[in-house]
Amino acid sequence: MFRRSGGHCVATFAYDEVRVLKKVAGEVVGLLTDGMDHTDPVVSRLFPDIYPDSPEDSQEFRLYTESDLKTAKIDQAGAILAALPDEGEGEVRLDGEAAEAWLMAINDARLAMGTRLDIGAETDLSDELDQAVLEDPGSSRVFQLSVYAYLGYLQESLLNALPEIK
Amino acid sequence: MGGMALPQVAPVETPEIQEEPEADRPWVTIVWDDPVNLMSYVTWVFQKLFGYSKDKAERLMMDVHTKGKAVVSIGARERMEMDANRLHGYGLWATVDRS
Repeated sequence: MFRRSGGHCVATFAYDEVRVLKKVAGEVVGLLTDGMDHTDPVVSRLFPDIYPDSPEDSQEFRLYTESDLKTAKIDQAGAILAALPDEGEGEVRLDGEAAEAWLMAINDARLAMGTRLDIGAETDLSDELDQAVLEDPGSSRVFQLSVYAYLGYLQESLLNALPEIK
Repeated sequence: MGGMALPQVAPVETPEIQEEPEADRPWVTIVWDDPVNLMSYVTWVFQKLFGYSKDKAERLMMDVHTKGKAVVSIGARERMEMDANRLHGYGLWATVDRS
């Protein structure tokens, strides 16, 4: 988890954390680089219609903005990959700009996973996880839910490690 | 000869009761509640993006959270489209509408 150290947000990640973060950031990049499918609920969550009552106006707006938005999101996820140690465990030190990119990228990853996991307003994450473990402790759902929960804690710790906005 | 000039009276303006023309009404950016974004993150985005005070950002975030949505900025259409687009960059669910 992140803490504040001098002017930086600093975290020491274990081997497994580094691996998971690389996987998650890589998946976001993959989702955005492959021909994006706008019928995919994850894509429509990351790139919502700006005019919910007018698909035509939304589409037109998208023509002008989507490519930049997509590039920005890929760069944000890239900031995670760039800061992580190449091999094994290690420390990550983020300046203000990198910390913001991490925050936004973690958020995109959580949005993607939350949509796939069908997280709703009433979802209690620990109940959900208990249930999934009962059904099959080795399932992909158990893994995904754990990663989703972990990313939430990580994002919160990073928010707390940021300097207060004046 | 004198004679007094009639006082010049400006015609009385009759107040027109009509809706503000649609074209003059400002537009709004709306942020919708979603189950994934952390409350602290949403507050941070409002501060960061709009320069709102922490109090105002938190109030808006609570509106989003409890009422399902909140108007976060008001202005010209292009400006609102830009705000919504930037909010999408931060992963918030934003739309544009007439006020």
